[in-house]
Amino acid sequence: MNSAMDFLLWTKGPMFDIAMVIFAVGLLARLVEIFMLGRATNYAEPRATEWLPGFRTVLTRSVPDPGTFQRAPFNVLVGWIWHIGFLVALLLFVPHVELVKGVLGISWPALPNPVVDVFTAVTLFSLVATLVHRLTHPVKRHISTVEDYLVWTVVFLVVLTGYLAYHRLVNPYPLALGMHILCAEIFLIILPFTKLTHIFTTFIARWYNGAAFGRKGVQS
Amino acid sequence: MSELTLERGLAAFRAEIDAPIAAFFSSCVHCGICAQSCPFYLETGDPKYTPVLKLEPLRRVWEAEFTLWGRIKRILGLEQKVTDAMLAEWEELLYDSCSMCGRCSMVCPVGNDLAYMIRKTREGMVQSGHAPEGLINASIRAITTGSPMGLQWKTLAVQIKHVESSSGLVVPVDKVGAEYLVLLSSMEVINFPEYLEAITRIFDHAGVTWTLSTQCFEATNAGIQIGNKDIAAQLVERVVAAAEALQVPKVISPECGHAFTAIRWEGPNLIGRRYPFRVFHIVEVLEELRASGRLKTEGKETDRLSMHDPCNLARKSGVIQPQRNLMDLVAENFVDLDEHGKYQWCCGAGGGVSSNERAEPLKMAAFKRKKAQIEKVEPERMVTMCATCRTQLEEGLETFNMDIPVVGLTEMIADHLVEKTPAKDDTRA
Amino acid sequence: MATPIPEKTLGERLRDHGLSRRGFLKLCAATASMMALPASMVPRIAAALEQARRPSVIWLSFQECTGCTESLTRSHAPTLEDLILKMVSLDYHHTLQAAAGEAAEEARLQAMEANAGEYLVIVDGSIPGPDANPGFSTVAGQSNYDILMETVEHAAAVIAVGTCAAFGGLPQARPNPTGAMSVMDLVKDKPVINVSGCPPVPMVITGVLAHYLTFGRLPDLDAYGRPMAFFGQSIHDRCYRRPFYDKGLFAESFDDQGAKEGWCLYRLGCKGPTTYNACATMKWNGGTSWPIESGHPCLGCSEPSFWDGGGFYEPVSVPLTANAGTLLTAGAVGAVVGGGSAALAKHGVKKADAERQPVTIDELEQTQ
Repeated sequence: MNSAMDFLLWTKGPMFDIAMVIFAVGLLARLVEIFMLGRATNYAEPRATEWLPGFRTVLTRSVPDPGTFQRAPFNVLVGWIWHIGFLVALLLFVPHVELVKGVLGISWPALPNPVVDVFTAVTLFSLVATLVHRLTHPVKRHISTVEDYLVWTVVFLVVLTGYLAYHRLVNPYPLALGMHILCAEIFLIILPFTKLTHIFTTFIARWYNGAAFGRKGVQS
Repeated sequence: MSELTLERGLAAFRAEIDAPIAAFFSSCVHCGICAQSCPFYLETGDPKYTPVLKLEPLRRVWEAEFTLWGRIKRILGLEQKVTDAMLAEWEELLYDSCSMCGRCSMVCPVGNDLAYMIRKTREGMVQSGHAPEGLINASIRAITTGSPMGLQWKTLAVQIKHVESSSGLVVPVDKVGAEYLVLLSSMEVINFPEYLEAITRIFDHAGVTWTLSTQCFEATNAGIQIGNKDIAAQLVERVVAAAEALQVPKVISPECGHAFTAIRWEGPNLIGRRYPFRVFHIVEVLEELRASGRLKTEGKETDRLSMHDPCNLARKSGVIQPQRNLMDLVAENFVDLDEHGKYQWCCGAGGGVSSNERAEPLKMAAFKRKKAQIEKVEPERMVTMCATCRTQLEEGLETFNMDIPVVGLTEMIADHLVEKTPAKDDTRA
Repeated sequence: MATPIPEKTLGERLRDHGLSRRGFLKLCAATASMMALPASMVPRIAAALEQARRPSVIWLSFQECTGCTESLTRSHAPTLEDLILKMVSLDYHHTLQAAAGEAAEEARLQAMEANAGEYLVIVDGSIPGPDANPGFSTVAGQSNYDILMETVEHAAAVIAVGTCAAFGGLPQARPNPTGAMSVMDLVKDKPVINVSGCPPVPMVITGVLAHYLTFGRLPDLDAYGRPMAFFGQSIHDRCYRRPFYDKGLFAESFDDQGAKEGWCLYRLGCKGPTTYNACATMKWNGGTSWPIESGHPCLGCSEPSFWDGGGFYEPVSVPLTANAGTLLTAGAVGAVVGGGSAALAKHGVKKADAERQPVTIDELEQTQ
């Protein structure tokens, strides 16, 4: 019967719980799967410790070396722009801050809505650009899998439905908001089983990279 | 009789997977930036040489056996299997088009250490019988003769005689209790005999006690290049046995990149214990002598010199500043290539590519990246400190008709030593 | 109060009650603006109302609190209150009718018979459904369900007044002990208009009736069967505090500076963004104020499931049931699952290591 509001309440209620449980189970499983494998004892005499260079790489790897920037400026710039836009929209939009506060009880300041709106619009454009790049760049086209396009679609839909809901471009609004929440839930559900895990594992990967190089005296 | 099979290969892949690899594969987003750091892709333009793609066999084993989702896919019959045919196709990608230079490991935005994974993937390739012929032959020769090029001590003995007669110094052999055990690479002995004379003169000049070992003179390790621990460990054990027999506290790896990686970083792990000695690259030893004022030089090279950092020495071992300090000691017109040190470009010959004859066209293609770098700086000579790099630079420059000689750093230092007045008084028996 | 078929037209009756021509036109203009119709429609409304015959109206009250009737009787336009009592023939209404007992029920049956196919049914309150215990709510020994079905059978249309009748409302809130259902859940073969709200804005009820009298048909409805003229826009879109939302200025507690400045109440749980109603434009109590103007977030009372739609003081974006405990438990389960999976994998690694056959020169030679 009352489809749109029921749909919204379903996405805010049972579906959110399902998505969160799958996300938490999947992510923790993945993290444990990684850490439990461990590393073999390294008997080679180290030049330096691993911890600091590891953490340094966790930070510095966000910025490419100048040569890489020259060779892949589009990748770097658009990648930066949409990641920042996505993070701003995700973490600094008032309703999202309230959501985290509601679920976890922690909160932080948010940005004014029009600012988040601009970031979101830019993110949408950048995401389209990344898809065009993936479809046209020989390397990216060659290495892309179904998963890459699936993940792109989900990420794009999350941002797009959020934008549509904020601007109330779909009626009734509960339908628009429900679509956005559902897309976000699909995002959460596929996160632990796709390349979206990089959101968490990239920091582990960077640390291992920095540690391995750091041990040999190179800041990677 | 046992043979190398796909099953053994898969088991080897499985055995190589550790926490870093799981984190790396979990993080790859297929951004393709690794390709932008790979000379084999950049100079051929063929996207199949994208570094992360070279790891597909290992990735499939990881996904199917090390992830929850992979297990579910397997039950559903959606697993992407690693087959013999696939490994045969990947042989070119993992050997011919990868010098394990590690540049991709430096730029991957999510932090994947791709060279680390290539090295481990090769273990499975060897176990499944998919290693290139050239590297198999080098490995067999290394195990059976002690040298990947089949070089015997008697050949080296002739060299030693030449060095002794031209320098008037004694080359110490099997001298128990010396400070350093000096290792050589076969390529050096054959192509660049001047290295042995150079260190003989430098060590005499600096008053360093050293020795060669008849038991083991070879520093290179074909096992590391082909990617097999068993062969690699046997070769390392020979070095360790020789060093232990002569009771030296320090071992010197020659002007060779992968030999240093093999002995310095992989060796202890291959044999599963710490060494009773320390390992240095010759450049590190020279730098230490320079820093402690034991290298007295005179005169400087005046021509425009530039330098090629061997990947294994610079990016993969952290020896970057020493060679520059040494250059400053003997050269007044030294200019670095644009991207150098940890961001240098591979010559194209490392990681076993130079021992893999069929990879010759790819090796030359990859060299074009180095060539472009050299053209930009326009040096009159290139300096380097790895026999494989040096050979590749010489061949490459000649192929492209560039008249730029390549010299070893150690020889250049030796050329500038202050002559001692009572030349022979110091020589130790 | 039961009347035979009205002889007089609405215009005549209004004049009988002392409404001047001028007052009548004002009423028509108010009706037009209320229904968002252009001013050019006023003469047509006037002509239609002038000629309209009072329809018979049967008002059924089921599981309700009489708040809807209270709202109606406090209608802030007295002339409209007049109108509701005079422009229709209210033949049955528990609270307002004089008759009681069997006479009252008789009035309903009479009206139904006399006006078959033409009378309007207004319902307030939800109905225990056909599968529920009929004893949960009865009138004169008859279950609500039976009365409803019997009454609507020959009705022209049904108007569900209030959220209980429109969407089930409070009685239907979890765990819905009486099996409460809305009118539109039960009445499938008659037009149903929902005038939701807890209670609904009184002018909306009169507006819907005026529309019916003017055009002889039901107004345009939204997806929830509500008249678009009143439910076409959300509270959020018409809210005078909207500019603060757009600027990102929010009250974070009921007594902070933001609350005093009259900033947006989103963070205090305002359901304005998901709520469609006319409060923001029509206001309450003679246009005096409305909840948000008096500093309280909108509860979303005119929407389906508003009792189960999250805490009144929790923002729209907060999930209904998810909490840190669920997340932690799921994480712990994940860690165990991952531990099992990793143990399996590790076992594979150890086995591969233990059973590893060293590569020999002979084997290498064979591959050549």
